[in-house]
Parts: sequence; C-alpha cells; structure tokens
Amino acid sequence: MLLYIAKRTALGVIIVLLAVALLFCMIHLIPGDPARILLGPRATPELIAAMSARLGLDLPFPVQIMRFFANLLRGDLGMDVITNRPVVEIVVGQLPYTLWLIFLAILFAGLIGIPLGCYSALHRNTLFDRISGFVSVSFITTPSFVVALYALLIFAVALKWFPAVGAGDRGDFLDQAVHLVLPVFSIGLAWIGYLARLVRASMLEVMEESHIRTARAFGLAERRIIYHYALKLAILPTVSVIGVGMGFLLSSALLTEIVFARPGIGKLIYDSVITRNYPVVMGSVLVSTVLFVVSTTVSDLINAWLDPRTRATL
Amino acid sequence: MIAVLRLVIKEPTGLFGLVLVTFIVCSALFAAVLAPYDPVALNITDRLQSPSLSHLLGTDQLGRDLFSRVLYGGQVALGVALTAIGIALVCGIVLGMLAGFGPKWLDKAILLFFDTIRSFPTVMFALATVALVGPSLQTVIAVIIVTTIPTYGRVVRTQTLSIKSNEFIKAEQVMGAKTARILIMHILPNIFGPLMILASMDIPTVIALEAGLSFLGMGVKPPTPSWGSILNDGFSLIRVTPWPIIAGSIPLILITLGFTYLGESLRDFVDPKLRKNF
Repeated sequence: MLLYIAKRTALGVIIVLLAVALLFCMIHLIPGDPARILLGPRATPELIAAMSARLGLDLPFPVQIMRFFANLLRGDLGMDVITNRPVVEIVVGQLPYTLWLIFLAILFAGLIGIPLGCYSALHRNTLFDRISGFVSVSFITTPSFVVALYALLIFAVALKWFPAVGAGDRGDFLDQAVHLVLPVFSIGLAWIGYLARLVRASMLEVMEESHIRTARAFGLAERRIIYHYALKLAILPTVSVIGVGMGFLLSSALLTEIVFARPGIGKLIYDSVITRNYPVVMGSVLVSTVLFVVSTTVSDLINAWLDPRTRATL
Repeated sequence: MIAVLRLVIKEPTGLFGLVLVTFIVCSALFAAVLAPYDPVALNITDRLQSPSLSHLLGTDQLGRDLFSRVLYGGQVALGVALTAIGIALVCGIVLGMLAGFGPKWLDKAILLFFDTIRSFPTVMFALATVALVGPSLQTVIAVIIVTTIPTYGRVVRTQTLSIKSNEFIKAEQVMGAKTARILIMHILPNIFGPLMILASMDIPTVIALEAGLSFLGMGVKPPTPSWGSILNDGFSLIRVTPWPIIAGSIPLILITLGFTYLGESLRDFVDPKLRKNF
C-alpha cells in the first residue's frame, strides 16, 4: 500500500507539472502576443514593450519557464495586471465560495440520490423504478447551466422565493445560506440522477453476492442485511465517481457562478478572460487543475485502500 | 445495420431516443425549408413577442424569429459535435494504436499525455484557450478535439492490447505481415463497434459543451444562431421575457436526452452484459 501511495502521488505531481508546463507553452506557442491582447488594439508599441517587460515576456523562453516554475515553488503566481495584487491572494480569496458550492451540491445529491437508487434497486422493474430511471437520465443529460437558468427564472424572477444574484452578506450566515440554495440545486440535480443510477447498479450487484446470501441463510432481518451489509458496500463506487467527477463539478460551478453572479473561482476565470487579465486566468486555471488532480489522486488512494486489487494496476 | 435498428427500437427507451434524434436532426438539416423567417433578419417593431401563430416561439430583443433561430442553431450544434468527434476519433485511434502496439516507453509517454490533458477541467481549459486566441467556433472545436482525444485513445489502446495477444495476430506476424497491415486489417475492424458507441454517447456531452461556451459568449459570433447564444440572449432578458430561455433549452434538452438513450440501447446491443444493471 505504501508503495502504491508513493507511486500514485508521484504520478499526480508529474501530471500537475506537465499540465502547468503545457499551459505555459500554450501562451507562447499560440500566435499572438499576450501583452498586445492585454492592452487591446490601440496600444502603442512602447506600451506593449513596457507590458512585455513587466510580465517578463521579453526574456528567452527557457528563462521564462524556469522563472515561472521557481516562482510557483515559492507560491507566487504573478501579479494581477489591473489591480496589481498578487494572483495567489485573489484566487485564495475566491476558492472557498466554489469549494462550499461543490461540497454542498454533492451532499444534496447524495442525500436524495443514494436513497433513491437504493429504493429503486430493491423494487427493481416496478413502476417506481422505471420512473426514477427515466427521471435520473433526464437529470443527468440536462446541462447544469440550463437548470440554473430555469431555477433563476422560476424561483428568483417569477416567484421571488430566493435571491437572484451574489453570495449574500459576509458574516450573515442565513443570508449566505439562502443565496446558496439555487446554485447548489443547479449543480446537484445532475448528480442526483448520476448517484441514483450508480447506487442502484452497484446495489443490484452486491445483493447477488454470496455474503448477502449467507446473511439471508442465517436468518438476519432483511432490513439489517440491506442497511448493514449491502448499502455500505454499494455506496463505495460513489467515492471514486465523485473524485473523477471533480472536473465536471468545477466546470458546472463556473457556469452556475456566472448565471447567479456568485463570486468563486469560475467567475474569476470568466471575468479575467473578459478583461484579458491573463496572469489571473492562468493562475486560477492552474489552481482548479491542481484541485482536480488532487481529488482524482485522493479518490484513487481511497479506492486502493478499499479494494487492494486496484493497487496492481499502477 | 437494419438488424441493429430493429433491436434498438424494440426497447421503448431506444425507440424514444431514435425518434428524438431523428426529429432534431431532420429539423436542423431542413432548417432552410422549415424556417418561416430568416434567422438573422432584424424586425425591431416585432421584438420580444410571446409565441403566436406567426412566431411559434416568439421573438428576441431584435425581433428575430426564435423558432427559425432554434432550427438553424441545430446545424451549429450538430456540425460542431460531428466535426469535433470525427477528428478526435481519428487522432484517438492513431495515438491509441501507437500506444498499444508501439514500444513500452511510447505507451507510457502517450498515457502520461492523456492524463495531463484530462487533468484540466474542460470549461476552464476552454476559457484559458479563448483568452489567448479569441472566441470562435474553430476554437471551440479545437478545444473539444483536444479534450476528447484521451477518452478514445484509452479505449483504442486497451482494445489493441487485448487483441494483440490473440493467436491470429501472432500467426499473421509469423507469416511476415507488416504492422500497418495488422493494425488496419485486424485491429481496426475489431475496435470500431465499441468506438462508435462511445462516440454516440459523447455527442450529448459535446453539444452541451458547445452550448455552454456559446452561452458564455466564447463560441459562435453574433448574429449566427446557436442554442447557447439564444440562451445567452435569454439570460440578459430574464426579467423581461422567459421565451428565449425556453426556446433555446428545449432542443438542447431533447437532443441530449435522445442521444443518451440511443447510445445506451446501442451499447446494450453490443454488450448485453451491461443491460442487467442499467
């Protein structure tokens, strides 16, 4: 297990380094000068040269990339060209909003999706199972930003039950909670369907295994078998699915944050793209990539811990 | 082909998917015939109308007929999805076969490349690219190609590895067949089925991604109609009228649902083992 942890973590680190290098190369290999893009079409050559020097773009490419990695190791992601604040400070300030949003969306989806899937599996091929199957697929296929738009339209604009924009007053817990309801719903809806189908499938598989049959033969109560033995095993696959699904979650968080004008890393990326503030774009894309790699690594480690067979694959 | 269709329509969900997909594909293909108005023609006097007999889905803030825009938007959605998935498939097949049949170091390098690409959250990667090259449909297609290659590449690699160890491949090698011949004559036909299913199940994801990026204003340029840009118009008009949101979202929901059901019943056809659980 220790060997696996070491190898898997090393792989995660290599992937992050490669991803950062790739992102960095993209800026330089794609035609177009970032300084020119940043300053817009009416910038004078002197202004562009000054901005290039400020961003370190006038140095030779190998020097730039070494410098970039050296700064990265010190936790320095460069400076925001508009407000002149460190990018790290800005990203770290926005990150909690997105993390809370994602965490609550998964919690919401789990609380509904897991019991739904479990119930469907136990009442297989009944009308309820068929309807829940259809509803689950519909939830999965509807893009999260479409759900967000409808949630905004129905519950904020038409019914005025929930606020439409922002994240609520800092320090006012209730206000912040109320502002989270619709965004959490928008991201979580697809995951209700996803988790329901996943738990249903793995529950059906677990219920046919021999240890469940043995438990039945011992005359244990059906309820005890289901909740104590089967469900515990059946929700294991959700761990890895959530880990791998972090990329999806971050992408849908971005769109949802824009629909509800909520602060967060997604809105930060979007706003920086619009203002062509490319150090912030790079910094925040980098942080979300690291987040994604960390979550897949952790979910692989949890999987390996739970199921030793997977350790052999690396 | 007809046998496949017959099996697909035997399942109610497969039939449902097929009907939805056929319906939307036809409406996009025949948009020029079906659309009652020019999708980009302005008509300020008739702006922001609710649905009526003359405008089935109403009009937007510039008086453009939403029904016509939705029909033409289908061309963008399907065009982007088919182009991007087609090119990604070809690249994935080449890279996956190289990884599966080539030397071990190449296999490791290609796998690492796939893992790196997959470590970017898609929408964020797309935004970073747009920040550098500017918004356009080509950028969206390029981003989709790059981010979907690993999915196909990995499947091709696994399949190639498992077919490679078969005796008939060894026999071919002993008889002096070239690697290219083995790859094209033996491996390719064997991996084609699973790949087609994977591709058809990817279409809804890609359509949703294109719509999402166009919604953010990072895809098609105005006035070209796309479901995402119609939704973007609807978003800015959300306090005035619900119709652009409804008009833009209905085809999007229907086509993703349709392709998902179609893809699933195709998958069941190729691998009946999977049917048991889902």
